[in-house]
Amino acid sequence: MTTTPGDTQNHDPNPSAAPPGLPIPVSDLEVKYTKIFINNEWHDSSCGRKIPVYNPATGEKICEVEEGDEEDVDKAVKAAKEAFQLGSVWRRMDASDRGRLLNKLADLVERDQLILATMETIDSGKLFLIAYFVDLMAAIKTLRYYGGWSDKIQGRTIPVDGEYFTFTRHEPVGVCGQIIPWNFPLLMFIWKIAPALCCGNTVVIKPAEQTPLTALHMAALMKEAGFPPGVVNVVPGYGSTAGAAIASHMYIDKVAFTGSTEVGKLIKEAAGKSNLKRVTLELGGKNPNIIFADADLDHAVEQAHHGLFFNQGQCCLAGSRIFVEETIYDEFVRKSVERAKRRVLGNPFIPGVDQGPQIDKKQFDKILELIESGRKEGAKLECGGSPWGDKGLFIQPTVFSDVTDEMRIAKEEIFGPVQQIMKFKTLDEVIKRANSTHYGLVAGVFTQNINKALTIASSLQAGTVWVNCYNAMSSQCPFGGFKMSGNGREI
Amino acid sequence: MSLTPGLYTQEGTQSPNQKSSGKISGQIAIDNRGTMTSSKIELPGEVKSDPAALMASLQLIPSPVPDLEIKYTKIFINNEWQTSVSGKTFPVYNPSNGEKICHVQEAEKADTDKAVQAARLAFTLGSVWRRMDASERGRLLDKLADLVERDRTILATLESVNGGKPFLQAFYVDLQGVIKTLRYFAGWADKIHGMTIPVDGDYFTFTKHEPIGVCGQIIPWNFPLLMMAWKIAPALCCGNTVVIKPAEQTPLSSLYMGALIKEAGFPPGVVNILPGYGPTAGAAIAFHMGIDKVAFTGSTEVGKLIQEAAGRSNLKRVTLELGGKSPNIIFADADLDYAVEQAHQGVFFNQGQCCTAGSRVFVEESIYDEFVRKSVERAKRRIVGNPFDPTTEQGPQIDKEQYSKILALIQSGISEGAKLECGGKALGRKGFYIEPTVFSNVKDEMRIAKEEIFGPVQQILKFKTMDEAIERANSTEYGLVAAVFTRDINKAMTVSAAMHAGTVWINCYNALNVQSPFGGFKMSGNGREMGEYGLREYSEVKTITMKIHQKNS
Repeated sequence: MTTTPGDTQNHDPNPSAAPPGLPIPVSDLEVKYTKIFINNEWHDSSCGRKIPVYNPATGEKICEVEEGDEEDVDKAVKAAKEAFQLGSVWRRMDASDRGRLLNKLADLVERDQLILATMETIDSGKLFLIAYFVDLMAAIKTLRYYGGWSDKIQGRTIPVDGEYFTFTRHEPVGVCGQIIPWNFPLLMFIWKIAPALCCGNTVVIKPAEQTPLTALHMAALMKEAGFPPGVVNVVPGYGSTAGAAIASHMYIDKVAFTGSTEVGKLIKEAAGKSNLKRVTLELGGKNPNIIFADADLDHAVEQAHHGLFFNQGQCCLAGSRIFVEETIYDEFVRKSVERAKRRVLGNPFIPGVDQGPQIDKKQFDKILELIESGRKEGAKLECGGSPWGDKGLFIQPTVFSDVTDEMRIAKEEIFGPVQQIMKFKTLDEVIKRANSTHYGLVAGVFTQNINKALTIASSLQAGTVWVNCYNAMSSQCPFGGFKMSGNGREI
Repeated sequence: MSLTPGLYTQEGTQSPNQKSSGKISGQIAIDNRGTMTSSKIELPGEVKSDPAALMASLQLIPSPVPDLEIKYTKIFINNEWQTSVSGKTFPVYNPSNGEKICHVQEAEKADTDKAVQAARLAFTLGSVWRRMDASERGRLLDKLADLVERDRTILATLESVNGGKPFLQAFYVDLQGVIKTLRYFAGWADKIHGMTIPVDGDYFTFTKHEPIGVCGQIIPWNFPLLMMAWKIAPALCCGNTVVIKPAEQTPLSSLYMGALIKEAGFPPGVVNILPGYGPTAGAAIAFHMGIDKVAFTGSTEVGKLIQEAAGRSNLKRVTLELGGKSPNIIFADADLDYAVEQAHQGVFFNQGQCCTAGSRVFVEESIYDEFVRKSVERAKRRIVGNPFDPTTEQGPQIDKEQYSKILALIQSGISEGAKLECGGKALGRKGFYIEPTVFSNVKDEMRIAKEEIFGPVQQILKFKTMDEAIERANSTEYGLVAAVFTRDINKAMTVSAAMHAGTVWINCYNALNVQSPFGGFKMSGNGREMGEYGLREYSEVKTITMKIHQKNS
């Protein structure tokens, strides 16, 4: 295991060693917004409780934020419902002006890009440069993309039988409850609010309790951009209280959730038991990444590596089942292990670091427990397998070979830096094995053979298939899961 | 030609006894009804009733740039300013006083060749422009909109000085339309989707919407800047390159845009601007073998020549937005005062120089006399004068040729027996001003009921039944727009379904907006501009079919 040059336990967010040209994190970042945002105003929680927010790289507490629960959700829903009344400023606004507001918001995010990226790193442990170049850039692009759609959501006129004239109007659903995860706090916030606002809905959104800070900063930017009061309300809180209140609320017309399949089922159940609110879910995955012998090997190794280890492995789209054709299996494993060993862990603010800490103790323990199960069930631990460093929730990049389909590490979502490499012989076999899961989020295939690529692309039960690339997301493409990876599409 | 309405309605804005003198001390109401429809125009009508608010609003009214310097008078090719190959220049005039503003380099065939070469190079596979992300093309259009917003006063001043249109109309209608058009197509750039198609057999088929290539664009003088935006925005949104020729009367705002296009960061050769005349530069574009598509807005007469030239050269794609003699049908059950005002704005807007002008107003018999009386009253109240005067509703016609043609058509109306209710002659001052003119008792066979006048001349015709009005309204070779005023939903729907027109307005007129397609039936044009439909005219659809081993649904 290599370590970063210099003091990896030094968490000064403004390292003087930053190469020229790279963005520099904000030093002494002040966390300004820690309250509940309703009606464009900051509120204390009704219950008086606060949520402690930690820096996972150091384990230190950053601040406390107001804890929203059912009563606060009620207040937020009331505000959102009011903002959605017929005749309200928001309902009467030209669609093109809704687009302008989203574009203005994008401008403000661009202005505060350093602040937001710094905050994201402190709060979630993700690498600062990744936060800056990946999360923030995608956030800006998503806002601009939906800024452009707002006045292009067209109904149709329909040539019906009989003496009738029929046309359709695509109207907003109403108050949308949105519950987002901690792995891409800001980006998921944007993925949720941008389409909702583009279509003219109002929003009550709950960030994850681990990572509420950027969502609250966004609330301030939304007010500054000029969104009318009540259009977006941000309620930090826990899933079992605030989240459950959203899912069960009788005046929320639609709920959108990104998170685990387990909780996704609860959300859908709550919708059924309350008001049949519309539900979209973006859930877990155990995604196959299929490497044929004719692929560009080094490219495939690198892509498979990033496809799994990106964001500390904390991605619903992590390619955590790598199926490699028998003839290149050994070489692929060797190169993958080599690559994983070169991975640099450390302070997420330091350029050159590849991997930061996991988000919290619970995840950290779960990942280590799954690694242990892999060992016990007979997979070969090629590298890693243990915690790293003496501070913060770091886990060594871990690679397993000789993984078989029935092992837990081949079936369960690990959500950590643990790569499983399996062997296959034929195309038909690999299709069958790749599809043998109740998940169906994404899949990858690496081959230079166009027929193999297209056969795989059309055979896999997955919402997205990448050919000779991985994690190639863009705001223009739909994203979502088959089977138990979700309902509906985002973006 | 095109566009737009009574952004400036005068209802209640001055006392009825005021004469159209160009100077009033009364109020100004800038209604938000109109053009690029919008609910967001500052200076709301409410200020009319509150003197303090009125004063505040008056101070908010933008004013023209005094002694505007004309910076750009050359040919714009490859993001550079060039002199004409022939060495020729041509004079550009201010139609409100007939004075020369400046000389502009005159592009002809040789300059067109240079521009096309630059545009072709910019369109080469692997070029910066071809490899640019679609979303980045959108960002460039958005940046251009920001720059237009920044220089809005300068551009509105140019438009007013060079085109004779009232400054405030240029500022609020034309410039707003330009900004909205650029932003609208900015949003489309990364949303032009092809399809995957479930074809028979073991094949995989998908389509890509690719840019056509080099687009030649020829635009008129009635909305110089707005027509430029209507042309370049969809073309650039789809990834084409452009060679555009502004009208010889009004090249100044287009050339200024050249500078902004460069500043926004469009790569060299993507937009090239050729000031020049139709028979030389315009013809060179229409016939050019290196131009893949030509888009023209102007007269039907010239539109036919363009289509012919395309046929005789390389079968380039053609879109045309041409003339109109648009019917505006007023039923007896309509809100009369409202219909009078809309019909007035519908024909007089922009000195009557609109392809959309509602120049055949069909009025139901039972309200005919009252409609005529009120329309005449309204026309007499129309304020004609200096385009820089904030109270002016009507400026000069564009040039001597148009001015003489309009006066000749008015004469024909008189001699063919229509009743001249008001106006009918020149204003008797420097510049090409014509009095607001209303004819009643107009018959379908009169020239003023058949030919496009393109001036401030309103024809009011009488009808008895709906079927009759529909038949007469459709008895024209034109088919650009039509309107109907009624409170009866069945009449409205019947008329709108029966009209041979690309756009039908119900209880409104000139309600154009960037999101809706615009274009003509019959000899008013080919193709549509604006809206999603506008994208089709700037894309080639490519079908890609691939043999596969085995198909599965």
